[in-house]
This record gives sequence, C-alpha cells and structure tokens, in this order.
Amino acid sequence: MSVPKSPSMRTPLARVRSLGSSHSGTSDFWRQRLTAVAMTVLIVPVIVVVLMLIGSNQAGAKQIFSSLPIAIIMLLFIVASAWHMKIGMQVVIEDYVHNEKIKLASVMANNFFCIAVALASIYAILKMSSGV
Amino acid sequence: MVEFALPKNSKITGGKTWPKPAGATETREFKVYRWNPDDGKNPGIDTYHIDINDCGPMVLDGLIWIKNHIDPTLTFRRSCREGVCGSCAMNIDGQNTLACTKSMHDVKDGAVKVNPLPHQPVVKDLVPDLTNFYAQYASIEPWLKTTTPTPQKEWRQSHEDREKLDGLYECILCACCSTSCPSYWWNSDRFLGPAALLQATRWVKDSRDEATGERLDNLEDPFRLYRCHTIMNCAKACPKGLNPSEAIAELKLKLVERQI
Repeated sequence: MSVPKSPSMRTPLARVRSLGSSHSGTSDFWRQRLTAVAMTVLIVPVIVVVLMLIGSNQAGAKQIFSSLPIAIIMLLFIVASAWHMKIGMQVVIEDYVHNEKIKLASVMANNFFCIAVALASIYAILKMSSGV
Repeated sequence: MVEFALPKNSKITGGKTWPKPAGATETREFKVYRWNPDDGKNPGIDTYHIDINDCGPMVLDGLIWIKNHIDPTLTFRRSCREGVCGSCAMNIDGQNTLACTKSMHDVKDGAVKVNPLPHQPVVKDLVPDLTNFYAQYASIEPWLKTTTPTPQKEWRQSHEDREKLDGLYECILCACCSTSCPSYWWNSDRFLGPAALLQATRWVKDSRDEATGERLDNLEDPFRLYRCHTIMNCAKACPKGLNPSEAIAELKLKLVERQI
C-alpha cells in the first residue's frame, strides 16, 4: 500500500472516504463489455476480409472495400477496437501510474492516440471504399 | 508508479537459526518472518524446529509451541483457534490463510514458511497493521439502514430472501482475500478490496435494507469498485470458502441494471 511521506493527522475513515464516490465507471465497464462482444462477432468477417486481401494489389483491395457490407464491417470493427483499446489502456494507467500529473497526461495522451488511430483507419477505409 | 520492490528497510536480510529441541525424535522446520520496530534492523527469517510429538497439528499450534518453548518474543495474533475469529490470518507456504485451520502436514516440501499478510505495514513479526482495512469496512456502513419506523417486533424477511445472504454473511474479516489481491496491493488507498466489497454486497442484497440505491451510489467509482479485475486470488485465498469475486460481479451487474 502507498505510505504517505509524512504522518497524516486525518482519521483512517476520512482517508478512505477521501473525495467521495465519483458516481462513474459503470458506463466504461458496460462499454468495455459491449465492444468486447462486438469484436468477438466482427472478428470472423474481418479475418475473411484479410484473407481475401492476401495477394491482391491496391486496385483489388479497392474493389473489395467498395462493397458496402465489407466497408461497414471494417468501420464497426475499427470503432469497437479503438474504443476498447482506449478503455483498457486507461484502466492500466489508473492501476499503475500513481503520480497525479503523470496520470492525467497519460490518460490524455491515450485518448489522443486512440482517436487518431481510429480516425486514420476510418479515413483509409472510406478512401478505399470510395475508390479514390 | 506502483512500487514493485520493497523499500530498503523492508528487505529481508539474514535471520537466526535456533537450536533443535533437545530429546525430540521427530521435528518440523519452521521459517518465520521476524521484524522488531525497536531494534532498527531489517526483517529476517528465523529458523525453528518444533517437536511434532509434543505439538498439535496446525500451523498455529506450531507457532504457539515456538513461543512457549523456544522464543517468547515471537509475536502473532490468535484467539479462537478454530477459524471463527480471523485473528491468525497470515501467509503460510505462499498462501494467505488462517494458521489455526491450516495443518502443517499439508505443507508438503521442506520448511513451513510463515510470513505476515502481504503488502500491509507490519506492526511486529506476523502482526500486520489493518487500520486501513477496518476503515474500508466501516466506510460501507455495515448495518441495517431504514427510513420506515422500526416495527414493534423484528424486521421480517422471507426464507428466500434470507438465503440470498448465504455465501456473504459468513465472512470473518480476516483480510486473507484483500491482501492476496494485486489490485489491492497497488491501490489499497482507493480500492475498497474484496472483503469490504463482499460485505457491501451482503447489505445491498439484504431485503430488509432501505438504502440499496444510496449504497450503490457510494460504491460507483472507478477506484472503489472497478479496480476489481476478476483476478480471483480472493476466492482462492478465502479460508471460509467464499467467493468475493462473484459478490463484486453482482454489484457491477446491479449498477448496469439500474442504468440500462
């Protein structure tokens, strides 16, 4: 357990109650399960698409992605996995990073990274499916 | 970052090997964590040999035998010696359990290794400081909360509703579960831990209680509740065979249920 640098005069109960409950966390808990289930379902068609892409050139890939169901499946998979990645990484940061400033910066960087990865992937899929 | 290594003054260095008891035909080796706050030294592991023909079968019997026959300074908590009070919780052979219900003969190879409950400040030898643990228990307000005027007789409960408390009310607050949980090791200042959360479930599920929503409000927090990652060390460690992990999952389900 983390030991305070100087002895605190606060009572143990005051330390445990601290700033109180944030009344949050359930939404992230639910979304993590939701995206996990979504990815479990979507991974099958995604693997099929990846197998179809093996050996094909850019023109071939564009043709595959021009199919609306394939584009939608890939977009859904990217959204679910980026969201899942963001929540999962935040949990790891909260578990192990105890310095408040570093924690805030890490959570922020994690959000930026996941949004950037998701947007770049969505842009690529849309570009391929529109044949540009 | 989380501290993965022990502070310098907590590192185990050396330890004393005590002579075997004279005249004993069969002995069992005990390796016991020793630390005295008054001598300024680092903790050590002392080695003792007990006469198993003069001693009961449990690890607690062995520790009492050491205290009575070899080293009266050995310090540990014990009271009921039958798995009801939870005082003698300690880490035996790498597993948190009660010394009074753990047979020394179940420790198969070599010495019986006895350490205090992990990741808690040590008061002396095998005595951990559980102040934070007890404050966390107090924070879940473990008593019946009602607004309806108290009835003239008892608060009534159906047999079915009473059965819902089975697997929860038996907890003796020995702290074996919480101190076996890695999530509790890293975040015990904010995560309530399996024992307090199992007790919280016991009151959330009590049909007589009128503060269910308020109790859930107090638990709904990324640290207080959601640090539980279903590692399940708690269920493995519980000497009463309870499953805090399942109780915590029920809390999470109730929180989802009231939101969706």
